[in-house]
Amino acid sequence: MSSRENILTKIKAIPRENSLLPEIPSFEFPMDHKAAFILSIQANKGEVIAESELKDFIAINRFEKILNLAKGMESLSTQPLPSDAHELNELEVAIIQGQFGVAENGAIWLTDENLGLRALPFITEHLVIVLEEKSLVSNMHEAYQRIGAQHSGFGLFIAGPSKTADIEQSLVIGAHGAKSLKVVLTNL
Amino acid sequence: MSHPSKASEFLQDAAKAKWHDETLWFVRDKRDNISKTIPEWEELRELASQIKDNVLANLETYLVEFEKNAKANNIHVHWAKDAEEHNQMVLSILNEHRCKAIVKSKSILTEECHLNPFLEENGVEVVDTDLGERIVQFLNQPPSHIVLPAIHLKKRDISELFHEKLQTEKGNEDPAYLTHAARLHLREKFLGAKVAITGVNFGVAETGEFVVCTNEGNADMGVHLADIHIACMGVEKIIPRRKDLGVFLRLLARSATGQPITNYNSHFRSPAPGKEIHIVLVDNGRTDQLAREKFKNSLKCIRCGACMNTCPIYRRSGGYSYGSVVPGPIGSILSPGLDVKKYSTLPFASTLCGSCTDVCPVKINIHEQLYEWRQEITKAQGTNTKSISMKIANGIFAVPFAYKISGAMMRGALKILPDSITYSGLNTWGKQRDLPETPKETFKDWYKKNRT
Ligand code: SF4
Repeated sequence: MSSRENILTKIKAIPRENSLLPEIPSFEFPMDHKAAFILSIQANKGEVIAESELKDFIAINRFEKILNLAKGMESLSTQPLPSDAHELNELEVAIIQGQFGVAENGAIWLTDENLGLRALPFITEHLVIVLEEKSLVSNMHEAYQRIGAQHSGFGLFIAGPSKTADIEQSLVIGAHGAKSLKVVLTNL
Repeated sequence: MSHPSKASEFLQDAAKAKWHDETLWFVRDKRDNISKTIPEWEELRELASQIKDNVLANLETYLVEFEKNAKANNIHVHWAKDAEEHNQMVLSILNEHRCKAIVKSKSILTEECHLNPFLEENGVEVVDTDLGERIVQFLNQPPSHIVLPAIHLKKRDISELFHEKLQTEKGNEDPAYLTHAARLHLREKFLGAKVAITGVNFGVAETGEFVVCTNEGNADMGVHLADIHIACMGVEKIIPRRKDLGVFLRLLARSATGQPITNYNSHFRSPAPGKEIHIVLVDNGRTDQLAREKFKNSLKCIRCGACMNTCPIYRRSGGYSYGSVVPGPIGSILSPGLDVKKYSTLPFASTLCGSCTDVCPVKINIHEQLYEWRQEITKAQGTNTKSISMKIANGIFAVPFAYKISGAMMRGALKILPDSITYSGLNTWGKQRDLPETPKETFKDWYKKNRT
């Protein structure tokens, strides 16, 4: 008998009472979505900024390796998407378009369509996500309703920069991935 | 070695033990605070518990559904009945691709299967990429906590270690500096690895996708740069529907570290062009646990670590005193299922205060199961030390004078003993318990004064 059969047969032989799969209700969210989203991103050590501030951020730091995949920010891009993610190792700023954001925790949903290469939001030194303000949803239940049956090979909620507290519980930003997350809320 | 004797080793460094206790309590406190900001918190726990009950009742059906959907998404699905088969499976995938070095993100299952030593014996270099795990790997130690692997270490220890292994400045204990050194070291490993291994937080039957949550982004750095992703998953990690993730992702990070969500929550459904994803579904004792009516609920665990952070014994005895891969309250009900003799002292490493049960996001009746295991173990062992201590207690209660004297002595002693003594290895009583506030008078005195 294969291990697959072995495991499945073993489970089947265990008498168990059935228990119903509950429906998940929608829970009210009392706060203003935008205000809550901004607070959440800040709590996760990210930042919500205006488009003009993004330009300043790039100018002040004299970033030269910038890859943009977001709508309306094409002029900021200095390089195209390579075919191999390893070539992104020196990338300073990645700008990508988020699909929607979640007010309760600051999570932003992205899929293959937004990422170009799956490694992009991790390997870049700084990550910028452009998000339409009207795309904000209240909580994770609404988020999965919105995702629905959407089919993507890879989907991802990003809620902040790469962080760790593994040394004496002191928070350090920039463990392996992006050292900062900036969210540009647009109002089109 | 038994839990009490290992706990006394841990308590030898009194200052460190105190720090450990307070730090984990701080994490527990953060969990409390954030859970109170969600009015539906208790309802979410109930939902999570019901979903997991439904999973356990229909596990075979969901596993088959998961497999079917994952295969349709071009994911290779393998089944392993035990640790050995799991390790062989992983090795054969590596051999097939002539791979001699891998990066691995946090996976308690691979710890349970002792995958690292197995691969190393077979000539494969394994690099754990979670910072805490890399630290303990350098020390040749297992993680001491499932969420905070290096919580038993102080920054001085890590500074010395990194000086030796990564040539950091001697004496520089700044966590940001040390983390940055690890970042540079691990970046190289990520860029060079052909195969990356991850654990799995949730596998969704409905879609065949699986979800991995991290704060560091190390799982994703590994898998997206590698050609092959191997995900090792216990069979109990299945959930039925995509929307169930809404419930679990709301609970997981809040329970674990008091943050609203982990910063990276990756949903893997099919490999990127030119790449491969393998899932290894592992039993390794899980179906045996499912067959134990009294203990099967332990399989609902989502490995948040909240029961450890809150446990007065765990906080004061450290993860290593349990001698099991999963320590703390949940470990003490999972491990005896794997080897009741080896882990016979673990169910006794508890005050049965029930705090673990109160914080558990999937409502596992942890302290009741600890109590049940005690019954089983006592039955199996006949007279044991517990019954001897009960006899001693009986002796005291049987002689009222002795009872009064010992109570008065203890009240006096509690007041004058400084922490340094109660936390020291000398005092077996203080090892595992915080000292209570001492009442100024006994209940008997109080009753005499206040009764009408
Ligand atoms: S038993 Fe509950 S509290 Fe403990 S780790 Fe598992 S899910 Fe978390």
